[in-house]
Amino acid sequence: MQTQLRLAGTGGQGQILAGIILADAAVTYDVKYATQSQSYGPESRGGASRADVVISDEPVDYPKVIEADLLLCMSQEAYDKYAKDTTEDGIILVDSTLVPSYCNEDPRVVACPITGVARDELGRIIVANVVALGLIVELTDIVSTEAVRKAVAARVPPGTQEANLRAFERGRSLINECLTPGKTSGE
Amino acid sequence: MGETTRRLMQGNEAIVEAALVAGCRFFAGYPITPSTEIAELLAARLPQAGGRFIQMEDEIASMGAAIGASLTGTKSMTATSGPGFSLKQENLGFASLTEVPVVVVNVQRMGPSTGMPTAPSQGDIMQARWGTHGDHPVVAMAPASVGETYEATIKAFNISEALRVPVVILLDEVIGHMREGVEIPRAEDIQLLERKGPSTGPADHLPYADDGTGVPEMAPFGTGYRYHVTGLFHDETGFPDMSNATADTLMRRIMGKMERHRDVYEWTETTDTEDAEVLLVTYGSPAQAARSAIRRARREGMKVGEFRVVTVWPFPEERLRQLAGGVREIIVPEMNLGQLRLEVERVVAGRARVSGINRTDGDIFKPDEIYAGIREVYGGER
Repeated sequence: MQTQLRLAGTGGQGQILAGIILADAAVTYDVKYATQSQSYGPESRGGASRADVVISDEPVDYPKVIEADLLLCMSQEAYDKYAKDTTEDGIILVDSTLVPSYCNEDPRVVACPITGVARDELGRIIVANVVALGLIVELTDIVSTEAVRKAVAARVPPGTQEANLRAFERGRSLINECLTPGKTSGE
Repeated sequence: MGETTRRLMQGNEAIVEAALVAGCRFFAGYPITPSTEIAELLAARLPQAGGRFIQMEDEIASMGAAIGASLTGTKSMTATSGPGFSLKQENLGFASLTEVPVVVVNVQRMGPSTGMPTAPSQGDIMQARWGTHGDHPVVAMAPASVGETYEATIKAFNISEALRVPVVILLDEVIGHMREGVEIPRAEDIQLLERKGPSTGPADHLPYADDGTGVPEMAPFGTGYRYHVTGLFHDETGFPDMSNATADTLMRRIMGKMERHRDVYEWTETTDTEDAEVLLVTYGSPAQAARSAIRRARREGMKVGEFRVVTVWPFPEERLRQLAGGVREIIVPEMNLGQLRLEVERVVAGRARVSGINRTDGDIFKPDEIYAGIREVYGGER
């Protein structure tokens, strides 16, 4: 089985680090195959940023995402650009703090105030990417929670492990506060 | 220690880690996308390993510094991309003629000129063979994954040391920047080759004498051996000699050593070739998409095999000639407009039809595109 994940947003949000953490969790701790690649803009801050992760039980043949099984959108531009390249039964995880306009009827959409939670509850907007990882772990079973926890601890800058692990756990519990507006049988 | 470890690594990082394992202790470079991570990481890692890192004023000087360091007995490397690779050509020729071991990494981007700095390409494949002037020995390798990049880097140092020849590692932007799991071999499973030291004292040492192997002994500068190293044609003493006889002897020896020691550098992989009617000749990152395309074609009954060249130069002529006799069509997928296809056509010499699948827009092949190329050979829709 092969799963394609695309994490998209704005430079500086840590999409690439989040992609590396997912790939590291799969390769190092879950012993699967994974590739992680990224699009580079000429800007390192403020421009569009995207990380592609492909996780598989077999060696990966094509390292980029063709159709995402899971798309994380942390900017309006990311949603507008990539939502169409998501599989029919895929998941579009929308950061509702940063993406004001998304399709309310789309059953694939899961909307969460990721950046809002990082900023207002955790006091550090910079951990929003790890909050998103917590949500991704709950929304899919591609990588194990424990593997991602270990990869977060191994890959975030020294001294920020605790804050990031707290962000990861908050992301996991945030799943209960998400909106799935397109699903007809709401809670 | 003693355990195989598995690590998520970027291609450029695999170059760095493998170079250190191979014994590289000197790097001179000038940063350029998409190779910059190599310089960046070595700036941190080399001093920890007792080595030296230096950022030079440009690519020409960094190639010169790497050659100079190697003359002192230190395994040396430099890394660059297209525009920088062009600048390194003059000194690359110097290393070929003076037989100084050195590893040159070229993480290919779209060219010519400044081109597209962050886009992958395989446009430098012919330049790696014939970029510097004159007949000259050179080895070029094009690994197809991050794991293979690790392996190829160690082998590049071994080849360079064993044959006293510059070795070029041709990555492309995708492998350079992509992260994959790499199985790091146990230290005791890694074989390292070292250059052959002098068998006589300084007074009797002839730096360019053929001891029968075609590869002269090499004395490290700074240990009492004094000799001349020149880009002019030279005799056994290393001093210039423009006589026709000396020139002929030297040229035939440095080219001949490559022909004689094919076993040191030849590296090819064959898959599903036994019953193949169609053969894909692949190298570098397109091999990943090709593997997927071949699997799909096989499932649908098309008899497709793969001949993958990891060491591209010198080209594995004999092996391809054998395979070409048994197939009707050969396809060469490349991220250029058909450079290695020229070599394949030369070697195949009409034994099979040769065609290309080419991409030259700065993006990599999707498996579907190579599959479509295979199906076309089988007459389109089935």
